[in-house]
Amino acid sequence: MIRFMLAIIRRDLLLVARQPAEMINPLVFFVLVIALFPLGISPEASLLSQTAAGVIWVAAMLATLLSLELLFKLDHDDGSLEQLLLAPYPSWSLVLAKVFVHWLVSGLPLILISPLIATMLFLPSHAVPALMLSLLIGTPTLSLLGAIGAALVTGVRGGGMLLTLLILPLYVPVIIFGASSVAAAAQGMPIDGYMALLAAMFVFALMITPWAAGSALKL
Amino acid sequence: MSFTSSATSDLLCTSDLTCERDSRVLYNDLNIAVKSGELWHVKGRNGAGKTTLLRQLAGLHPVELGKVLYPNKSIKVIYIGHKLGLKEQLTADENLSWLVGLDGSSTQEQRYAALERVGLRGYEENTVAQLSAGQKRRVALARLHLCKVDIWLLDEPFTSLDQQGIVDEQDWLNQHTLTGGAVLMTSHQEINLPQVKILDLGEYVSRSPKHPLHEASPLT
Repeated sequence: MIRFMLAIIRRDLLLVARQPAEMINPLVFFVLVIALFPLGISPEASLLSQTAAGVIWVAAMLATLLSLELLFKLDHDDGSLEQLLLAPYPSWSLVLAKVFVHWLVSGLPLILISPLIATMLFLPSHAVPALMLSLLIGTPTLSLLGAIGAALVTGVRGGGMLLTLLILPLYVPVIIFGASSVAAAAQGMPIDGYMALLAAMFVFALMITPWAAGSALKL
Repeated sequence: MSFTSSATSDLLCTSDLTCERDSRVLYNDLNIAVKSGELWHVKGRNGAGKTTLLRQLAGLHPVELGKVLYPNKSIKVIYIGHKLGLKEQLTADENLSWLVGLDGSSTQEQRYAALERVGLRGYEENTVAQLSAGQKRRVALARLHLCKVDIWLLDEPFTSLDQQGIVDEQDWLNQHTLTGGAVLMTSHQEINLPQVKILDLGEYVSRSPKHPLHEASPLT
């Protein structure tokens, strides 16, 4: 089964390498939203540093949503999803492998670029580790939760809007705790509690979503 | 190729298999037993449920009434449908490599040999997007030469192949059944092989199914 998952990961990464636009898209979106934000509000440092945590988290969530629709859709359209489901391995393993690649492509670059973004929004430098840590735990949770929606709307024409409606409620707690953890760190307060809750959500998503999305794919 | 089941036992059978789509019964009480060495040619008009039957046998379409049975658990099945499962951005060789890799392994040498058998020598490193429809079909069919599989489920495998391709493929079908495998396929083309068994889905539609799906269904 490990070999099966590795085969999917290798293929999907190869596909991304052949079409780098797919990889850059969420990242460009993320940076653009955040770069435009000060232009719309005000370039004042005190205001920006207060809103930075929320803005970064919302932008990260939207960037994840943007790329989720295609998670299973391309495989469904060309028939390779059928072949994946026919392989003698549980369907959750295929979901887990696909979600891992999705996070690697859409989540990880956001985390790596976040210190730069944080500086741009005048987030206090002592809050940057908290930002990166919360994104590190939070973005895989977003990818995992999104997989359920992506699996459900696979094969539905124009399922993007439906996907957003389905998934957004599930994203709310992650956003709340993710953004508040950064805000708390900026004020010098402890963030252990927030991180524990984020981690709990991640573990919960890791246990439930591959199974749920795998079942949804078989419908 | 070796098979664990004895030559006479069934590789695949169905019992009272019924398929209903959009409150229309496509076929009901379908009982077939596929033995090794047999080539089943599934026939029927457009929309008769040929593709659905193959998908049900492969386990891709839910079975609501009746059963699909594989008496021997170790039997391996390959399904090639209308959608070939190829990635346009990958080369023919890469596509084969990962498709075979889902449940086995292959060396590059084996894959090149398989591609040569389907007449794609020299196209191994071309991306699938560069190939014609018939050549794409050939890439997908090359899998048949790489996987040691008992049952081939092929949905319209002759689509977009040229005449020589169809002749070649009938030869592969013949080889596979002669070495103990079994084939179920749909096609509007006649297959000129002695071991062909015809399954006409039109004969399996009756007004009074044994297990009515919706005896009193106010839903629709």
